[in-house]
Amino acid sequence: MFVAVISLTLLGSALGLFLGFAARHLEVEGNPLVAEIQAILPGSQCGQCGFPGCAGAAQALADRNAPVTLCPPGGRAVVQALALKLGMEANLSDVADNVPMMAEIKEEICIGCTRCFKVCPTDAIMGAAQQIHVVFREACTACGKCEEVCPTESVKLQPILVSIQSWYWNKPFAGGAI
Amino acid sequence: MKLFDLRGGVHPEGRKNLSAERHIRALSLPKYLFVPLQQHIGAPASPVVNVGDKVLKGQLIAVAQGAVSSSIHAPTSGVVVALGDHVAPHPSGLPVPTITLQSDGAEKWITCETIADPLALSPEDIAARVGAAGIVGLGGATFPSALKLNLSRSSGVQTLIMNGGECEPYLTCDDRIMRERAVEIIEGIQLIAYAVAAKEILVGIEDNKPEAIAAMQAAAQGTPVKVVAMPSMYPMGSEKQIIQVLTGMEIPAGGRPADIGVLVHNVATAYAVQQAIRFGRPLISRIVTISGGAIKTACNVEALIGTPVQELIDFADGYSQPAARMVLGGPMMGQQFTNTNIPVVKGTSGVLALTQSEIGQAAPSPCIRCSTCIRACPVGLMPVEMVSRIRASDLAAAVSFGLKDCIACGSCSYVCPAHIPLVHYFNYAKGDLATQERVKLKQEATKKLADTRNERIARIERERAEAAARRKAAREAKERAKEAAAQAATETV
Amino acid sequence: MTPIAHSPHAHAPVSIGKVMGTVLLALTPATLFGFWLYGWPAINLWAISIIAAIVGEALVVRMQGRAVRPVIMDGSGILTAWLLAISLPPFAPWWIAVLGSLFAVIIGKQVFGGLGQNVFNPAMAARVMLLISFPLEMTSWIAPDANAPGFMDSLRVTFMSQHMDGMASASLLGHVKTEFTRGVGLDQALAGYYSPLHMLLGSRAGSLGESAALLLLIGGLFLIARRIITWHAPVAMLLGVAVPALIFNAINANHYAGPMYHLLSGGLMLGAFFIVTDPVTSPNTATGQLIFGFGCGLFTWIVRTWGGYPEGVAFAVMLMNTLTPLIDQYVKPRIYGRDRKGAALTANKGA
Repeated sequence: MFVAVISLTLLGSALGLFLGFAARHLEVEGNPLVAEIQAILPGSQCGQCGFPGCAGAAQALADRNAPVTLCPPGGRAVVQALALKLGMEANLSDVADNVPMMAEIKEEICIGCTRCFKVCPTDAIMGAAQQIHVVFREACTACGKCEEVCPTESVKLQPILVSIQSWYWNKPFAGGAI
Repeated sequence: MKLFDLRGGVHPEGRKNLSAERHIRALSLPKYLFVPLQQHIGAPASPVVNVGDKVLKGQLIAVAQGAVSSSIHAPTSGVVVALGDHVAPHPSGLPVPTITLQSDGAEKWITCETIADPLALSPEDIAARVGAAGIVGLGGATFPSALKLNLSRSSGVQTLIMNGGECEPYLTCDDRIMRERAVEIIEGIQLIAYAVAAKEILVGIEDNKPEAIAAMQAAAQGTPVKVVAMPSMYPMGSEKQIIQVLTGMEIPAGGRPADIGVLVHNVATAYAVQQAIRFGRPLISRIVTISGGAIKTACNVEALIGTPVQELIDFADGYSQPAARMVLGGPMMGQQFTNTNIPVVKGTSGVLALTQSEIGQAAPSPCIRCSTCIRACPVGLMPVEMVSRIRASDLAAAVSFGLKDCIACGSCSYVCPAHIPLVHYFNYAKGDLATQERVKLKQEATKKLADTRNERIARIERERAEAAARRKAAREAKERAKEAAAQAATETV
Repeated sequence: MTPIAHSPHAHAPVSIGKVMGTVLLALTPATLFGFWLYGWPAINLWAISIIAAIVGEALVVRMQGRAVRPVIMDGSGILTAWLLAISLPPFAPWWIAVLGSLFAVIIGKQVFGGLGQNVFNPAMAARVMLLISFPLEMTSWIAPDANAPGFMDSLRVTFMSQHMDGMASASLLGHVKTEFTRGVGLDQALAGYYSPLHMLLGSRAGSLGESAALLLLIGGLFLIARRIITWHAPVAMLLGVAVPALIFNAINANHYAGPMYHLLSGGLMLGAFFIVTDPVTSPNTATGQLIFGFGCGLFTWIVRTWGGYPEGVAFAVMLMNTLTPLIDQYVKPRIYGRDRKGAALTANKGA
């Protein structure tokens, strides 16, 4: 029995020492930016961005091959941090923080140019030349195309406010229970 | 009469003696009345008055909109001072569109049509008058009554069940109205039975209200109305349970009582129906129980719709001690509120100010799977399993355990020794599923819209291309003709 | 502003602590009887078990970074240790109690995620672990009619494993099993060893608090009356033992003992009223509990009759524990308005 214990102990220690030595002295220098970006990402490797895990996403970001808004689970916080790190401007409207939105038209500054309802993919905007346009809540998908073409910034995506019809109970906070 | 067994149920302490012996008294007229446009299930009513309009008591101020809706009438005479948002009797505390009425103190009625022999009216006419009077289910469900009458008449009703269960602790408003207005209620019941051509009429009253049973039995003498004492148990007053205990039948899942030839109405609704048909008076007031350990003088009042709850609390001499929780309705299914400016609405059965010891709530502790909730569930669900799925955000699994059959009676939460807010989880899950369903429907609708648009654009392009091709062909033909002509000309020359 | 509370705004005056407290109360008569029967060593063992469970659980919960107080105050650890203690041989050494208690609350319960999450009954898991690991210490029974040692002697018994001469005995189940291996028939093996009245009252060699069948029965009935447990699992377990015993006893009375022998011996009464009724590890529905209880009884009888160990309650319970999720999967109450398969009932107008 002692032979077995001693031999296994020695084998384990030797291999452990070797691995430790290898990690310290044979390390390959990576791009430090990639590592820094990876630190910002959630690290959940969900793959929603289309890259193989957060490391792949970090590499793509460092190569400027991906927008800073690529990470849906990260939300606004990650987008802002990435934009800061890469010195890019972030378009936060690309990141919906899970709040339902819809386009709203400020009637005072709408000039009735009809550009928005021409681009609307779901015909959610009604109007005619020189007339104020209206958005149908039920048809608007909050794609934001109207916002891009509006010459007066009259169309803006706004969060849909909770109404008595859409309100429902929150998930109870159970603490350490159950 | 033979009663049938129910499964589950709980026996919370009744505490009805706080207010059971107090006669119904009319509340003094408040200065301002806040009448929300939605006091019923369905679409909100649409206002037909403007700010500054003078209205009479009982005048129509908002008209039903769409298939499921109910009209709303001025609770007193006065002036409309605002059409806008006011805090609603709803757990969200969100404001809802509300007509604010300043009372003039005259209490001047509209001219009401009195009908001496209502049974001479046609059943359709009775349903129409019930609808015009803005009557909704006063047991708390607030489903428009006229709609229920029409649906039941068209599908045929064997049994009309009048719900006098009042199984919620504290509440005595139905108890009092049955004791004091039994004759009117029996007349209202017969009108409802006539309107739906019911063959059997049962009034189910829990046996903890012997005086109400006696009064109703006396009033029902010589009528086909049968008053039945039911065992006291929560939730006996729930529609599904009262049908089961009186008839032994169950409503098929996802169905309505009409599917099994039953119609259930609350006894207070019968009173409102009688008032509307006999005296042409719309529903502008209701009986409310003011009770709870923190209320000085618990009592029953007849309050105008729109009366701020604070007026009711003042009427009950205010608080005897600071209330730990204010509740609208009964303690089992009622809603907590914090703003005492909320108005009494058609579905308000009680205003409770409860002390901490009455609530008896403790911090949740781990579930020990004791299955007390399973034994308490009157529907046969397994709350313990549903909650563990909902906690893991697996709502689909919770649905497969019967989440949608839950009647949210709160029996499981009441008995849970671990004080887990089971029914809160279920209502959260139901709300989340409804929202997901809405999103899905919207996505389908918008996808269809996008497809239509794409088709249209494609068609326009195609038409444009065709038109261009036609023009080109025409032009070419013309050129060819010209050329031919020119050629012909040269040839001739 | 505090959030709006969801209904109901009334709650039954119950809590986990009260449930556990009531179970402890129901265990007290049998435990006190065990103390009277075996004296100070039994008391030492009981106290050590409970202290070890509390300390061990507190340490583990603290390591998990959770609040210690509510976990200790819910009383479940104490109940587990108590159940384990009364299933130990009364003169077992102190480290048996400590090891068993720590195993029960840490491996048996906290490792799974704490109260309500464990798959196996912690007390039974610990008992099985001890039985397999320390068969000698776990089967050193004491004759109850011997003079119980005083307090000072008891310390030597508990802490220094000093054997009390002339007090060693065998439990009835162990005795019969040994006699069988020697080829002795039941009629001879039981002669002078088995008296149903003594079995009922509990003056027999056995575990610390398992022997008083009558007192355990009274405790169980008290729990049923207080609606802490239901009758389903206990009755089913007793039937699960009695029915096969009756059948096989009728076939060969000299080899298979009758139902009374089985019902009154070993840990069956404790198991039926205090172990298979453990809510965490038993099925949720009444039907499920009937199946579960009957299975526990049946396997107990099988282990006792054909197995290698004289007593099988702990093994049977652990085996059935593994089936609990399966039983819960298949045995569900019928939902209102639906048939057993979950399809909506068909409308039967005016039936």
